[in-house]
Amino acid sequence: MMTYVVFMLTIAAIYALLAQSLVPVWGQTGMVNLGLVGFFAIGAYAAALLTKNAGWPVFIGPIAGLVAGGILGLIVTLSTLRLRDDYLAIVTLGFAEVVRIIASNEIWLTGGTDGIAGIPALFERGTGLTFHVQFMIAASVLCLAIGLLITRLVKSPWGRVLRAIRDDQTVASVAGKKTVRFKAQAFMLGASIAGLAGALYGSYTSYIAPDLFLPLITIYVFLAATAGGNTRAIGATAGAYLLVAWLEISRFIGEVIPAFSAVQVASLREIIVGLALVLVLRFAPGGLFKEKRQKAPAA
Amino acid sequence: MTFDILPQALVNGLMAGTVLAVPAIGFTAVFAIRGYPNFMIGAMATIGAYAGWLVNTGAGFSIWSAVAVAFVAAAIIGLAVEKVAVRPLEASGALTMAIASLAVSIVLENVVRFFFSNNLRGFDLPIERDAVIMGVRFGPQQLRNLLIALAIMASIWLILKFTRFGRAMRASADNPDLARLKGVEPVRIADITIAMGMGLCGLGGALLAIDSSVDPMVGTRLLLSIFAAAVLGGLGSIPGAVAGALSIGIIEELTVAYLSPAYRLAASFLVIILTLTFKPQGLLGARVR
Repeated sequence: MMTYVVFMLTIAAIYALLAQSLVPVWGQTGMVNLGLVGFFAIGAYAAALLTKNAGWPVFIGPIAGLVAGGILGLIVTLSTLRLRDDYLAIVTLGFAEVVRIIASNEIWLTGGTDGIAGIPALFERGTGLTFHVQFMIAASVLCLAIGLLITRLVKSPWGRVLRAIRDDQTVASVAGKKTVRFKAQAFMLGASIAGLAGALYGSYTSYIAPDLFLPLITIYVFLAATAGGNTRAIGATAGAYLLVAWLEISRFIGEVIPAFSAVQVASLREIIVGLALVLVLRFAPGGLFKEKRQKAPAA
Repeated sequence: MTFDILPQALVNGLMAGTVLAVPAIGFTAVFAIRGYPNFMIGAMATIGAYAGWLVNTGAGFSIWSAVAVAFVAAAIIGLAVEKVAVRPLEASGALTMAIASLAVSIVLENVVRFFFSNNLRGFDLPIERDAVIMGVRFGPQQLRNLLIALAIMASIWLILKFTRFGRAMRASADNPDLARLKGVEPVRIADITIAMGMGLCGLGGALLAIDSSVDPMVGTRLLLSIFAAAVLGGLGSIPGAVAGALSIGIIEELTVAYLSPAYRLAASFLVIILTLTFKPQGLLGARVR
C-alpha cells in the first residue's frame, strides 16, 4: 500500500511537469499544444534509446529528454508560428499521431508495439520501497525546480512579452517585439519540459510502448492545467495532483461496481475526464489559482 | 520501383480521395463559417459509421439508406453537442472552442466504446467479384461509394451555387460583418453549416467503414487525412478541400504501394507541414497571415 501511494505521488509529479509545460505555452502565450503527448513520448524514447540501447550513463536520460523535446518543438513550430494559431493546433495534434506511428513501425529502433523494456534508472531498482521513495523525491524536487523556474520566467520581462502576445499580438509586434521568436522560445520551453517528463516516466516504470502515449494523455493534462489554473505553475501542479487522485479514486470505484466490463469502466472514466474539461472551461475558466494582476514596473 | 502497380495505386488513390473529399468539405466549411478547427469531426465519422451499421445490419437498410442515416445521425448529434458544449465558449476565443471540441470528441468516442466495445464489426454486404479493367481492379462497393461521394459533392455545389442558403453561407464565409448587414442571420447559418459539416463527416465515416470495418477508431483513421486535405486545399475553401482530398488520396495510396501501409498517415502529416511552410494558403485558399 505504501509503495502504491509513493508510486502515485511519483506519477503525479510527472503529470505536474506535463501540466507545467502548458503554462508558458498555453497559459501565458495563448498557443495550443494539442500534441503534448507526442513530446512526452519523444522524451521517453530519446532517454530510453540512449541509456538502454546505446549504453550512455543514466543521468544523460533526462537531459536527452529535455533536448529532444526542445528540438522537436522547434521543428513543429517552424512552419506554423507565422500563421494563425489554429494551424498550430492542427499540426501538433497530427504530430502526436505521427510519433506514435513511427514508434510502432520502426521496430529496429523502438521495438515497435512491443516497446522498450528494462530502461535503467538512477537508483537501484532492487531495493523495493526505497527505490520508489528515492525516485519520488527526485521527481518532486525536479518538479518544484521547474515550477520555480517557470514562475520566475513568468514574472520576468520575457514573460510580460508572452502575455502581451497572448492578449494582442499586433500590439506586441508594434511595440517592437519579435513575436515569432518569443512564441518559438515559449513553445520550445514547454516541449522540453514535456520531454523531460517523458524521460522520467520511462526511467521510473522501466518500460515504454506506443500504446502508453495516447491522445487521451493530452486531454488529461489540459484538464489538470485548466482546473488548477493554466497561467501559473502552482495552479498547473495542483491540478495535476488532483487529476491523478481522481483517476485513482475512479479506478477503485470502477472495480467495486461489478455491473460494467473493463472496457466500459475505462470508457466511463474517459467520458468523465472529457466532460470535466468542457465544464471547467465553461464554468471555471481561470482555475483554482487565477492569474494575478501584475502592476506595471515603476518608471 | 516497379511501375506495374502504379495504375492500381492511382485508381485507388482517386477513389479514396473522392470519398475523403466528403468529410474534408465538412471540416473546411465549418472552419470557414465558425473560424476554428472543429475536432469533433473524428467522433462524428465514428458515430456515422455506427449509425449506418446499426440500421444496415439491425433493420436491413440498404447501403444507400444506411449512409443517409449516417448523415442525419451525425448532423443531429453534432449540432446538438456543438450548441450545448462548444458554442457557449465563443467568448473565450477560437482556441478554447477547439480544445472543447477535442474534449467532446473524446467523450463521444467513449460513449460509442461503452455501448459497442472495441470489437470490429462489418456492414452486411453482398459478396461480389472485383471487376478487372486493363489490369486494374475495381471493387463494386468502392464504385458505389464513389458514386455516393460524387452525388454528395454535386448536391453541395448546387446548394451553394443556386439556393438562398448557399449564397448566404458563401457571403458569411467571405465577410461575416457585411453578410450580417445584408440581413444574413449568423446563428442560423452557423447551425446549418455545423449540421451539414458534421453530417458530411458522419457520411464519410460510414463510407470508410463500409470499405474497412466499423470500430471506435474509424474517426481516428480519418482525422489526419481530413486535416491534410483541408490544409493542402486551403483551410476554409470548399473547392480546395476537394482538390486537396484527391491529392491526399493519391499521395496516401502511393505511400501504401511504394513505401509502407503504416506510413499512409505520416505522408499526410508531411504534406501538412510542407504546405504550411511553403504555401500556407494552400492550393485554392485565401491569404492566412
